[in-house]
Amino acid sequence: MSTRSSQLSVYWQHFLKYRPLIRELVSRDLKVKYRRSFLGYVWSILNPLLMMILQTIIFSYMFRSNIPNYPLYLLCGNTLFTFFNESANMGLLSIIGNAALIKKVYIPKFIFPLSRVCSSFVTMSFSLAAVLLVMIFTGSPLYWTILLFWVPLVFELMFCCGFALLLAALTVYFRDMQHLFSVLTLGWMYATPLFYPLEQLPGFAQKLMKLNPMYHYINMFRNLVMYGNVPGPNTWIACAVSGAGMLLIGLLVFRKLQRNFILYI
Amino acid sequence: MEDKSLPLVEVHDVSMRFNLAQEKTETLKEYVVKLARGKLMFNEFFALKNVSFSVKRGEAVALIGRNGSGKSTMLKVIAGVMYPSTGSCTVRGSIAPMIELGAGFDLDLTARENIYLNGAVLGFDRAYMNEHFESIIEFSELRDFIDVPVKNFSSGMIARLGFSIATEVRADLLVVDEVLAVGDFMFQQKCMKRLERMLSQGTTLLFVSHDSNAVRNLCDRAIWLDHGNKRADGPADEVCTAYEEAMRAGNA
Repeated sequence: MSTRSSQLSVYWQHFLKYRPLIRELVSRDLKVKYRRSFLGYVWSILNPLLMMILQTIIFSYMFRSNIPNYPLYLLCGNTLFTFFNESANMGLLSIIGNAALIKKVYIPKFIFPLSRVCSSFVTMSFSLAAVLLVMIFTGSPLYWTILLFWVPLVFELMFCCGFALLLAALTVYFRDMQHLFSVLTLGWMYATPLFYPLEQLPGFAQKLMKLNPMYHYINMFRNLVMYGNVPGPNTWIACAVSGAGMLLIGLLVFRKLQRNFILYI
Repeated sequence: MEDKSLPLVEVHDVSMRFNLAQEKTETLKEYVVKLARGKLMFNEFFALKNVSFSVKRGEAVALIGRNGSGKSTMLKVIAGVMYPSTGSCTVRGSIAPMIELGAGFDLDLTARENIYLNGAVLGFDRAYMNEHFESIIEFSELRDFIDVPVKNFSSGMIARLGFSIATEVRADLLVVDEVLAVGDFMFQQKCMKRLERMLSQGTTLLFVSHDSNAVRNLCDRAIWLDHGNKRADGPADEVCTAYEEAMRAGNA
């Protein structure tokens, strides 16, 4: 037990020592992402807005759902899901993409997936400006609960960190993950109520939905931002357990597998 | 802190095994083909076989040997990039690895941005890099290109920048793998001078090179690796001479 706790303290010290590296990697990701594009960071606001307009047009005609303030409903879900999608996809490639560096210099390897998730998180934070813009533009009422908007984001951040660590480690050994995951992520998107209301699903599917962590984060976010409700204890428990649980699983699997990364990248 | 009288680097009975088949089997098809031919489990390859040595603080040690003799693998084990299959390797201090110059560069970023990124890779924050920024630029002689993306640099320029960063940061152990071959003659001279100065200030050096003169000039001790075995360990001049004679006799 004492060796384990001293090992953990070593990890923590590494984390502190390499914090500047996380910062540099995040700023690199952001710089490279928008380098040489004319509008630069504006894209992180403009992109979700354009996507929202497109989807509003399509789904208003196709599904005729009677969700009040449908554009905002869409945008809330999309913002959170895009963060998950982007961080999972970038995290997946983070170890094999940095193979050149990992082979040459000692760096704690968990830095790579974590920095990727952080850069997606920063991009999402910019996108929150789009949410605010749409709220003002559509005259959505402002409740005090909007001040808690960051709570589901923190839970989601934990979930995404764990998920990215897990995917990054598995992808080193099974390169098929990158092809498989693009299908999985599409399925996951349809299985999350982004553009349809939960109530539209049959009863058993509604029960199944409770197993989808993304549903809980998005549901909590919409409740706080759009409807002025503080969700009940079940949602809180689901969010906290899925976030912390995934983080723990990701860390454990990553720690177990990282030792032999060098032989496979 | 650490006991200064203990050796800085202790390599104890290190073997490094690579499974050549394992590295190549990446798809199911290849796997099945190899399984059918019964070739899956062979091809074990020992890059290092029971190598032991230690390096004291302030020593300058060269690793010499032919291509594929395990020099770079040894450096990677010491740098903490690889874990030895058996045996252990302890380093009591910080390491500045120069296994490949510019390994941490992002080609899309400018030289200025890469200096901070590479510094962070070596474990230094912005404030520290700000302090040393000027002298890095000064030494690399790249002031005119500081805001140019590194992808437009020549390999020599990248090596200059990488060398300047790696030798500017302070570390107990400097690990140099055949990186001085790039760069023009003048710059090589400058690099040698800087390494000598660092040595006189008490930095420990582990040096891989095929240039016997450089080894004799910089190092007081040399270790000769031959097919993963330690073949000789002693004063640089003696070991280099023995190595050169063996090469000439076709026995290396």
